[in-house]
Amino acid sequence: MENNKFSYEKRLLHLLSEDSRLTAEKLAVMLDKDEGDIKAMIEKYEQDGVIIGYRTVIDWDKTDYEYVSALIELKITPQRGYGFDSVAERICKYDEVKSVLLMSGGFDLALFIEGKTMREVAYFVADKLAPLEYVTATATHFVLHRYKEDGMMYRPAQKDERGNII
Amino acid sequence: MLDLNKLVSERTASLKPSGIRKFFDILDEMKDVISLTVGQPDFVTPWHIREAGIRSLEEGKTYYTSNAGLSEVRDEIANYQKRRFGLEYNPKDEIVVTVGGSEAIDIALRAIINPDDEIIIPEPSFVCYAPLAELASGVAIRLPLREEDDFKLTPELLKSVITPKTKVLILPFPNNPTGAVMEKEDLEKIAEIIRETNIIIISDEIYAELTYNTTHCSISSLDGMRERTIVVNGFSKAYAMTGWRLGYTLAPPILTKQMVKIHQYCIMCAPITSQYAALCALRDGDEDIEYMKMHYDSRRRLILKGLKDIGIDCFVPGGAFYVFPNISKFGMSSEQFCERLLNETHTAIVPGTAFGNCGEGFARISYAYSLDHIEKALENISKFVKSLKHE
Repeated sequence: MENNKFSYEKRLLHLLSEDSRLTAEKLAVMLDKDEGDIKAMIEKYEQDGVIIGYRTVIDWDKTDYEYVSALIELKITPQRGYGFDSVAERICKYDEVKSVLLMSGGFDLALFIEGKTMREVAYFVADKLAPLEYVTATATHFVLHRYKEDGMMYRPAQKDERGNII
Repeated sequence: MLDLNKLVSERTASLKPSGIRKFFDILDEMKDVISLTVGQPDFVTPWHIREAGIRSLEEGKTYYTSNAGLSEVRDEIANYQKRRFGLEYNPKDEIVVTVGGSEAIDIALRAIINPDDEIIIPEPSFVCYAPLAELASGVAIRLPLREEDDFKLTPELLKSVITPKTKVLILPFPNNPTGAVMEKEDLEKIAEIIRETNIIIISDEIYAELTYNTTHCSISSLDGMRERTIVVNGFSKAYAMTGWRLGYTLAPPILTKQMVKIHQYCIMCAPITSQYAALCALRDGDEDIEYMKMHYDSRRRLILKGLKDIGIDCFVPGGAFYVFPNISKFGMSSEQFCERLLNETHTAIVPGTAFGNCGEGFARISYAYSLDHIEKALENISKFVKSLKHE
């Protein structure tokens, strides 16, 4: 019997979302389940598209690599019978485009784009996105500084300052 | 010449300083130590709770509250206790908001102890019970619990120490340092004995939210127990709020009235900022508890498996965030084991004797640390144990 209001499935997804390095072997111990069951469950989540991928969050500013990213707002004329899907799916095909989100409010699609330089990103917007049929307007906002991403803060590891009280 | 040693209170002077201090002094001097010694959560207080405290400051709520605590906080404590543990207490005259669980234990003892009353303290347990009982002019009767009983208080052990002078039984479950839990059927057996006596129970339930197999059962919920029980609880462990220093007592009006008097004279009231933060925790913090518990439970299983792989026997704890492995087979005292582990691998765990003499042969390992940290410590313990085999 277990005393946890979070289901086993929810706990598995929580643990993986916070640390995708956790192996099935380790997860089996942590959740008191069979390793084979954990593997099967993860595979099913992958097949069903619940787990989309496994990433490492990198602070590129701390590396020597050139890297810029931008948020692009797009206004789109929806297509009869397809709405925004057809245009959104076409935009998804570009490697430079890291995220595509349909938004409520003053514009329709929000994109996150990555490139080596601001010029590269600006050209991509001007050459590839703006001319697309049904795209009626674009607005480009460059990211100046990252504070937090995917639940993680961009800052050095915190020192453990807890007092030794038993 | 003024000799201050002769002027200090004899009773206070007779209290032994916590034995663990020496060990922590060595620890503090050492650099790059992987420590599993801390007795508090590694989570930061959830932001919405912190924000509620901040907001109260912004709104200028910087004054004393009523002695027993803000009435909204007491109302919400009553709701919370009913919702989570099925206990019913009247916020008007049965709840006192205190400065941490420690103050709650202190005022509970002082409210009921007369000189030479005996206080039964099951050990291993948190270090404050005996000194506070003695400061209240009582006599601490330490009752060693046994690994073979899963570190539970058994009726036989209890009966063996009850005398006509017994006034109080401390029930420290879920337990620091063993992680032992008393389930309803275990408590029934204790209640059966206590019902025939005038003994008052102080049930320290600060780890009540951190139980991994069953929902915590308070002895106060059993027939005839509510009238003779002071429940101590607080916010430190459930909501990762140790630094806010906020706890509370639940007890019948006659006992509460006495506790409020002591609290009023020595504390006045618990800090108002902490009380407003706690109000938010009580109303919207259930999900935070489950989230943190999920992590503790995962680490508990991982650390138990790690110790088993190393070849260290360990009782399976059902609560709190500690494991209490048996290290007696390594042929040294708990203190020697922990000092050598520290010196040779820069890994710190707490000797079991810090929690009573019966903790000899054991050590406490806290898993209120990140997985990476725990795994590194387990690696070091493994290396140390292997090195012992080659001696």
